[in-house]
Amino acid sequence: MIRIALLVAAKDLRIERRSRVLLWQVLPFGAMALVLCGLALGPQHAGHSSAGPGLFYLVMLLVALLVINRSQVIEGSPGTKASVATLGLDPAGVFLGKALALMVELWLMGVVLLAGSVLLLHTALVGTLSALPSVLVTLAALSAAGALYGALSGGGQGPATLLPVLSFPAFAPLLIAGERSFSAALHGGALWQWWVISLVALAAYVALGILLYGVLEES
Amino acid sequence: MIRQLSQRLLGPVTLVLLVLTLWLGLWVTPSFEVQGNLARLVYVHPAIAWVALYVSFGTATIASALYLWRRTRSAVVDRVAHCAMEVSVVFIILTLITGSIWGRPAWGVWWAWDARLTSTAILGVFALAYLALRRANDDPELRARRGAVLALLAAINVPIIHFSVQWWKTLHQGATVFTPDHGLKIHGIQAWTLLISFIGFTLLFFWLLRARYRLEVLRDERYAASLEEALVQRRREGVR
Repeated sequence: MIRIALLVAAKDLRIERRSRVLLWQVLPFGAMALVLCGLALGPQHAGHSSAGPGLFYLVMLLVALLVINRSQVIEGSPGTKASVATLGLDPAGVFLGKALALMVELWLMGVVLLAGSVLLLHTALVGTLSALPSVLVTLAALSAAGALYGALSGGGQGPATLLPVLSFPAFAPLLIAGERSFSAALHGGALWQWWVISLVALAAYVALGILLYGVLEES
Repeated sequence: MIRQLSQRLLGPVTLVLLVLTLWLGLWVTPSFEVQGNLARLVYVHPAIAWVALYVSFGTATIASALYLWRRTRSAVVDRVAHCAMEVSVVFIILTLITGSIWGRPAWGVWWAWDARLTSTAILGVFALAYLALRRANDDPELRARRGAVLALLAAINVPIIHFSVQWWKTLHQGATVFTPDHGLKIHGIQAWTLLISFIGFTLLFFWLLRARYRLEVLRDERYAASLEEALVQRRREGVR
């Protein structure tokens, strides 16, 4: 299972590296969304707002939707499903591989956008650095949930509007936990409690994905 | 015989129990010490929430799990899951509306970002997402399988809603009926009215589920008949 997961993840990441969609399309989109958040707050409030963590996660959510959709489009390209079925790959391994690739992509985006939020939304650098582990855990949970909900929405062949509708209610608790732990890192408070929620969600989505991904891929 | 009788009686018994709840709740039971007449919503809101979270969502989840298990996989359990989820949407919306009506005078706002309210709203969005997912897939088998998986994923939210008042201790009050050591908080005529309302709304769910299920069966039959008709017509065109 782990071997298949690593193979699938490497394949997805190789496609992303070669196509450079992440670099030239998704990253500029995330940066633009962050700038728009600053503009929405206005010049007086952008530098002093406590909304920084929430806006960071809002932008991450939009970016995650693009990345998840892209990951499923790769899987839905002609011949891919048939090839996977012919090879008899373990669905749990495929799920883990997709989630792993998504996690790497979201971590890269997350680190860049965190730097952007320090620059544009003036979140404190030390607080942001101490929030980094919790951000990484939340984004990992988002990746596991994203891989599962991406397959649920039709694996890149379903309508594009379906993925946000399906995934928003699942992402909402993750975003709340992430935002609270980020805020706690910046302003003080219960950092660990929210971090634990993200960790539990990560474990739950990985377990559910391993169990249910095969059902979704059944033909 | 018994089945037919229970089916015939379901509607009238539901109606009688709901009218009885209304009469007892509004005229017979005394007003509450702190919240006065406002707290009479206790005879409606918890019963609706009980049906929304546990009865209807529980039915949809169990039916979905049965669908995913190969031995019990059938169109019947899929229909039950779908219909129960539709009824669940209605009850979740009613839960939020009655909660808002109670919250406005009690808390001063129609909506608060409270853990219980937020998690219930998320469950409502999950239920709507389930319906959207089913509409997006034309293949009945694929539709049923994906819907079943989503229902199981959404069910994780139910224990979160249940324990939210203990875990986060936000604005929403704790358990209405039972004390932490499983004793009753409400006694006498108030307890009886509450019990009747719980039974009445539970029966209302089953009545709505039955009606919706019959509609779904008719829809499927109509679809199959129109498909057959189209095939016959196509064959005739081919002969010409």
